[in-house]
Amino acid sequence: MAWEVVIGLECHVQLKTRSKMFCGCPNTFGAEPNTNVCPVCLGLPGALPRANRVAIAHALLLGSALGCRVREESVFARKQYFYPDMPKNYQISQYDRPLCEGGELPIERDGVRAGIALTRIHCEEDAGKSFHPERHGDRRLSRVDFNRAGVPLLELVTEPVLRSPAECAAFLTALRRLVRWLGISDGDMEKGQLRCDANVSLRPTGTTPLGIKTELKNLNTIKGVERGVTAEIARQAAILDAGGRVTQATLLFDADRDRLALMRTKEQAHDYRYFPDPDLPVLRVSEALRAEARNATPELPWAREARFRDVLQLPAYDAAVLTDSRELSDYLESCAPNGQHKLAGNWLMTEVLRWANEQGRSVSEWSARVPAERFRDFLARVAARELPGPIAKQVFAWLPEEDGDVATLLERHGVKVASGEATLRPLVRAVMAEHATVVAQVLAGEERPFGFLVGQVMKKSGGQAVPQEVQRLLREELAAGRAPEAGRGS
Amino acid sequence: MALSRAEAARIAELARLHVPEAELDRVAAQLSQVLDFAAALNELQLGDEPLTAFAPADAPLRIDGPDGRTLDAEIATANAPEAEAGFFLVPPVVEDLEP
Amino acid sequence: MTAVETWRRSARSVAEEVRAGRITAEAAAEAGFEIPAARWERDVHAILSTDRSARAHAAAEAPKQAVLSGVPVLLKDNLCTVDHPTTCGSRILGEWRSPYDATVVARLRQAGAVVVGKGNMDEFAMGSSTEFSAFGPTRNPYDLARVPGGSSGGPAAAVAYGLVPLALGSDTGGSVRQPAAFCGVLGLKPTYGRLSRYGLVAFGSSLDQVGIFARHVGDVADAYRVLAHRDPFDASMREGGAPDVSTWDAGVKGLRFGWPANLWREGVDQAIVEALERAAGWLERAGAQRVPFEFLPGTFAVATYYLLATAEASSNLARFDGVRYGFRARSDELGSLYAHSRGEGFGPEVRRRILLGTYALSAGYHDEYYLKAQRARTRIVREYAAAFARCDVMLLPATPSLAFKLGEKTDDPLAMYLSDVFTIGANLAGIPGLSVPMGLAASGLPSAVQLLGPADSEPRLLQAARALEAEGRSDKIPRGYEREFAWPGK
Ligand SMILES: [Mg+2]
Ligand SMILES: [Zn+2]
Repeated sequence: MAWEVVIGLECHVQLKTRSKMFCGCPNTFGAEPNTNVCPVCLGLPGALPRANRVAIAHALLLGSALGCRVREESVFARKQYFYPDMPKNYQISQYDRPLCEGGELPIERDGVRAGIALTRIHCEEDAGKSFHPERHGDRRLSRVDFNRAGVPLLELVTEPVLRSPAECAAFLTALRRLVRWLGISDGDMEKGQLRCDANVSLRPTGTTPLGIKTELKNLNTIKGVERGVTAEIARQAAILDAGGRVTQATLLFDADRDRLALMRTKEQAHDYRYFPDPDLPVLRVSEALRAEARNATPELPWAREARFRDVLQLPAYDAAVLTDSRELSDYLESCAPNGQHKLAGNWLMTEVLRWANEQGRSVSEWSARVPAERFRDFLARVAARELPGPIAKQVFAWLPEEDGDVATLLERHGVKVASGEATLRPLVRAVMAEHATVVAQVLAGEERPFGFLVGQVMKKSGGQAVPQEVQRLLREELAAGRAPEAGRGS
Repeated sequence: MALSRAEAARIAELARLHVPEAELDRVAAQLSQVLDFAAALNELQLGDEPLTAFAPADAPLRIDGPDGRTLDAEIATANAPEAEAGFFLVPPVVEDLEP
Repeated sequence: MTAVETWRRSARSVAEEVRAGRITAEAAAEAGFEIPAARWERDVHAILSTDRSARAHAAAEAPKQAVLSGVPVLLKDNLCTVDHPTTCGSRILGEWRSPYDATVVARLRQAGAVVVGKGNMDEFAMGSSTEFSAFGPTRNPYDLARVPGGSSGGPAAAVAYGLVPLALGSDTGGSVRQPAAFCGVLGLKPTYGRLSRYGLVAFGSSLDQVGIFARHVGDVADAYRVLAHRDPFDASMREGGAPDVSTWDAGVKGLRFGWPANLWREGVDQAIVEALERAAGWLERAGAQRVPFEFLPGTFAVATYYLLATAEASSNLARFDGVRYGFRARSDELGSLYAHSRGEGFGPEVRRRILLGTYALSAGYHDEYYLKAQRARTRIVREYAAAFARCDVMLLPATPSLAFKLGEKTDDPLAMYLSDVFTIGANLAGIPGLSVPMGLAASGLPSAVQLLGPADSEPRLLQAARALEAEGRSDKIPRGYEREFAWPGK
């Protein structure tokens, strides 16, 4: 039988804030163990939580970008289960009254934009970290670090509407781009700043009721999501093809061994006994907070991508790459000389991104070194064919390393560019005079010798001329030369 | 209503609270007594909304930044039953996995 | 001035003497630890921890020109302190030392008060007799065979026998007002959200409030003035400024006091009914008006309370698991470490309530118990609002009986719970309540009445209590009135 795949994702996004969700401890990655902790995030007796305004603002910004409905009154609830990395043995989360509901995140499906419907987005706190047990004398013990405990998280849940592992990957990629775009998270999956669980079920193609689902945990890279979901689809299909029934279960994906392991959990482990946290007042989203989120919502990546394609006339591929990050696309818009977005895009996609890659630096480091106006000056000279290829590349290499505009750089390095018409035209005429026979051949309609003439001019210029400019002048001169001859012949 | 011995045991497990076998019946009986008493609430006409909290009308949210209460490293683990090199130590969670 | 002269003084007069330099803060702090007060402690066992050098240090540090300069204070042992252990009357906290002072403790210290030690209590404030302390019961100074009430029995008894003029307790269902009534002292439970809960080890977070014990109405007012301030570390605090209690001695002319006599038609000791009649008479004589009406019987509040308080407690006490602090049972596996640390670390009443609360929140029972109780709570809030539309304060018993004997109710949880039948409503409604001693009954035990008012009516409650205090001094009706502990003079 043919099976239709139904997947829903549950994503956790660590928010970029100065302090944790409910206390003033620093929200930083990689500190010494248990140095970013206080009575609140260590769950000491008597300590009380206080919600971080910026975390709420970030959540509202994401909600605004995704078109969610924002609840005027949402409620923090305690999700209760015992785990050694959870200081209070409950997690402050949201349950029946989450901050945001509905909305959708667009991804590409069969070459067109499709909105992936969201169920909800809510705020919660992260847990600490426990490490693999190690020997301690005659016992095995795990080390626990609570630095991460209390870091603000957004949980984003999709409807069960994704249809393939590739779509899951596309969704996560789009989500990562968006949270970075909005500046609310670094979305670094390696650092656990973006994590994902998947609910997977199969049903006979063409039917509507959902099949029995399993939950996949530990999908901590985009590749991992794709591979884990692929493996689970295969496993379920094999069971169903053999006439069996899928049993509801939680599976852990082991990325190292590329396989799934079944978690044997007792039923009551899932009795979370949610109830409203009496330590935290109902979260009322004021009109001020709402307006703040609205005003802070920038042009969104998918909208900008479409504009780059449709209005700036960039190829679809270029538009996608250039809107991968907000900085890159902002930079493109401010560095492109009059209408030259294609040219600017090419330089960004090939040279600037290569520089960033090779140097292990970010686009913002590039733009700090080469402000957009400086790069625009450079691109304008390139567009005006004032810089021959090799020299343009040389100037590009100087840009992030040195101060000064293009002219200053050339002068500092003693490079003369024979690119002006005034310098080149005499050279063109000289070459034409020296090679009258070749000129005659070209005038007779032969194209090949034209390249020879260009080469001669380039040689005369000491390699500093821009070939396109030489070609243009040469054609002008040839046309001018043909006219009198034609006159003579008549 | 009477809470069964098995239910008392399930609740004890959920609360991570060891109750000796011999005490389960007595615990179940005492809980049943209180639950029976709580059934008195059925006599009230309860059309009311459940109370969530005595919420201040618009409680100010916390400004994002340090509050001066982060603990020094030695103090964080000073009360730990077992600690080492700044970490708390606990016996392992039995991760019950089937391949 | 000698210790003998100091130990029965009011907090006000001690502070006056200290400010004037006529007595040192250290001498004031030590007065309660010398004969004659000291001989009472041996029998009563109000104190869980104290030591001379900590007292001397605290006295030396105390500001000497403040409201409570040099006033010795005993704190219930669920208020976190850096200079004394905080045990909550439980074994499970082990050797835990709080790295911080509760906000109310810090405020007391800033106001010049000297924390002399920590008072006994029912484990985690769960009990009405202080018999559920893991460190042995406290006895009633008026009759050592009887309980002082609870859960704040230690602080109540200490104020009664003269160890200190002022003590702090916590009141979740009557834990300040009930022991105050049993020990013949004043006990104020403020409006929910007026005193910070930061550093008060939580029992039922939506019900808990720090309360004040004293022998003089003026002392309660002074302590309230020091403590009732907004704390940014407690998000559940009430908005706006606390009411001004400087008018505590302004009289009761025109005050309408509610008289819900249906509540004591049966099941209330005759001595308490007489105390109510006497109090009503005195209030009327001082210019107040009696407003009789019927009120919702307290059994509904008790039923509501024992579902909600235990539900919250089951969650609040989850953090005591032997991982980060406190008692840890030896085990090689985490699940059994949890179960045994908690099973052995908690006493029988706490275990009972954790189980009850876990049940009330568990899947399948949440709506029937927890949610229904929250609906009932809304109803109770409305009942009080309706009552306070007709009167300014309500006069009613603090307890159904005078102090009962040790062991009388320890094996009958429900009977113990019902001893809070008159106090629990105020916690559910978040309103203030004040226990006012009415002299000794024929049995030689203190009798008391309770005043309740709407939110922020503390000034009214204190004015009414002051009227009773003033009348009490001239009214010599009850036998044994002049005995050592009743209505001590200046
Ligand atoms: Mg979550
Ligand atoms: Zn913290």
